[in-house]
Amino acid sequence: MTQPDCAVEVDDLAVSYGAVHALAGLSLTVATGTVFGLLGPNGAGKTTLVRVLSTLLRPARGRARVLGHDVVREPLSVRSSIGLAGQYAAVDEELTGRENLEMVGRLYRLPKAEARSRARDVLERFDLTDAANRRVGTYSGGMRRRLDLAASLTGRPPVLLLDEPTTGLDPRSRQELWTILDELRGAGTTVLLTTQYLEEADRLAQRIAVIDAGRVIAEGTPGELKSGAGTDVLRIRLHAPADPAAAAPLLEDLAATGGVEVDGPTGELRLRVARPDATAEAVRRLDLAGLSVSVIQLAQPTLDDVFLSLTGHTAESPTGHTAEATPVKEPA
Amino acid sequence: MSSQTLSLAATLQDSQVMAVRQLRKTLRRPTYIVFSFVQPVIFVLLFRYIFGGAIDTGAVSYVNFLMPGIIVQTAVFGALVTGLGLTEDLKAGVVDRLRSLPMARAAVLLGRTTADLVMNVLTLAVMVAVGLLVGFRPSQPAWQLGAAFVLVLAFSYVFSWISAWVGLSVRNPETAQSAGFIWVFPLTFASSAFVPTDSMPGPVRAFANVNPVSLCVDAVRGLTIGGPSPAAPAWQTLAWLVGLLAVFVPLAVRAFRRA
Repeated sequence: MTQPDCAVEVDDLAVSYGAVHALAGLSLTVATGTVFGLLGPNGAGKTTLVRVLSTLLRPARGRARVLGHDVVREPLSVRSSIGLAGQYAAVDEELTGRENLEMVGRLYRLPKAEARSRARDVLERFDLTDAANRRVGTYSGGMRRRLDLAASLTGRPPVLLLDEPTTGLDPRSRQELWTILDELRGAGTTVLLTTQYLEEADRLAQRIAVIDAGRVIAEGTPGELKSGAGTDVLRIRLHAPADPAAAAPLLEDLAATGGVEVDGPTGELRLRVARPDATAEAVRRLDLAGLSVSVIQLAQPTLDDVFLSLTGHTAESPTGHTAEATPVKEPA
Repeated sequence: MSSQTLSLAATLQDSQVMAVRQLRKTLRRPTYIVFSFVQPVIFVLLFRYIFGGAIDTGAVSYVNFLMPGIIVQTAVFGALVTGLGLTEDLKAGVVDRLRSLPMARAAVLLGRTTADLVMNVLTLAVMVAVGLLVGFRPSQPAWQLGAAFVLVLAFSYVFSWISAWVGLSVRNPETAQSAGFIWVFPLTFASSAFVPTDSMPGPVRAFANVNPVSLCVDAVRGLTIGGPSPAAPAWQTLAWLVGLLAVFVPLAVRAFRRA
C-alpha cells in the first residue's frame, strides 16, 4: 500500500472546553516520512491537537486526517496507523517492561509469537533488555519514558504522535531520546512531536509550526523561521580599556532595526544587521578609531527570538499575552 | 472506508488480554489482597460477636442470618474496586494509550470486570471459610449452595459495571472512593443483610424490601439455611441484574468513550 504524500492533514480545527478555545481554526499538513515539530508554550493547544489526531477527542469544527483516514469517521483506521506517547509514561508499574510491550502488541492484534518478538526488538533498541523482566515500578523516570516510547512503536505504526516526549527528563535521557528519534526519521516514520523547547524543535524537526492560542502563527523549516525573524545579530566585545559607549555611534548606521544596544555588565555591543558586509565594515570602522576588537560573532536568531518577534512575548512567559489572546489552559 | 467496528472474536481476544493484565496487576500486590480480605472479616467479627447479641432473628441463629447478608455486602464492596481501578488508569494516562490503540474499546471494561469477578471468587471463598469458622452452618443441598455462590458472583459482576460507570464519570480516584461509599452504604445497610426489615420504620422498610441487596440476601438465605422459599427473591434478583446490566453497561461504555 502506498502512503499519501501527506501523513497528517489538519484543516480549520476547532476545539473548545466551555468558553475556552483550545484550538481556534488550526490548519497544518505533515509530509509523509518527515519529523514535524509543534512548538508553543503551555496552553497553546498542542496536547489538544494530539488528542484529536489520536481519536481521543472529537473536534467541534474542521477536519483532521491521518494517512487519508478521517479521525471522526474512520477512528479504527486512524488508530491502526498511529502510535501515541503522551506527556506521562502510560505504562503499568506492576508489570515488567516485557509484559507491558507484549500487551500492547497483542492489542494491535498481533499473534502471540509476533508480539513477543516485537517486544524483544524494541526492548533491545531502547536499551532495556537487561531490565526487561523487572517490574516497571523499579525503573527510573528516563527508563519509563523510553518504555513508553517503545510501547508506541511496538505496533510499527507509520505515524508517531509524541506529546512533549522529553518534558521532565534529565539531560542525558533527553539526549538518548533524541538519538532514537533521529533513527526513526532515518527509517521513514512520520513523527509529529510537540515541545516547549525551542532547542529541541530546532534539533529534531524538518519543519516547525509555531502555535499560540490554538492557531498556527508561523510555519517553515527551522532556517526559514529564523530568517523570518529578520536579521542576524552581530555581537562585539572590545579589549579594555576601550569604552563600548564611545564605539556605539560608529556602528549606528549598520543596524537594520533597533540601533546598537550596549550590555551594561559585559560591555557587549549588539546590533541587528542586514548588510552581508556588516561584520567586515564594523571591524574596519572600529580599527580606524583605534578600538581593538576582542570577540566578534555573527549569530542567527534563536527560536526564542522567533517566538518573541511573532507573538511579542517569549515562549517561556505566556503572561505577556494581550487581553484578547488570554492564555488557554489545557486540561490536565 | 474500511469497517470501523471490530468482530466479536476480536473483542473477546482483547478482553482476555485486558483481564490477564488486570489479574497480574492485582496478584502482584499481596498486601492489597490481604487488606481487601481483612475488611470483610472485621465486619463478620463485629456483627457476629458485638452487635449480633442484640439483634433478634427469631428461630434462626444470628450467625446463620448474618453470613448470607455479609457475603452479599462483600460482593458489592468488592465491585467498588472496578471503578476505583479505572480512575487510576485514567490518571496514569493508561486509558489514553488504550483508547488510541486499534483495540475494542468495550474490551477494557469487559476485561476489567472479568478480572474483578475472578478476584471476587477468591474473596467469597475466604468469606465462606470465615463464616464456617464462626459457626455458619448451611443446611441445604449442595446444588443450592452452588446456586447461591453463582448468584452472589453475578450480583458482584453487575455491580462492577455500576462502579465502572461511577468511576469513569467522576474520573478522580479520591472522588470515586467517596462516591462509591455514598451509594453502597445505604444500599447494603438499608437492606435485610444485617437485621430483619420488620424492625425498620415504614419508608425505610419499603425501600429495603425492594432493594436488590435484600432480594439477593433473601435468596441466598433460602438457598443456604432454608426457611422461606428462595425462588421468588432469586428470580426478582435476576430481573434486577438484567435490568441493571441493560442500563449500566451502555452508560459505562459511553463514559469510557468520553473519559
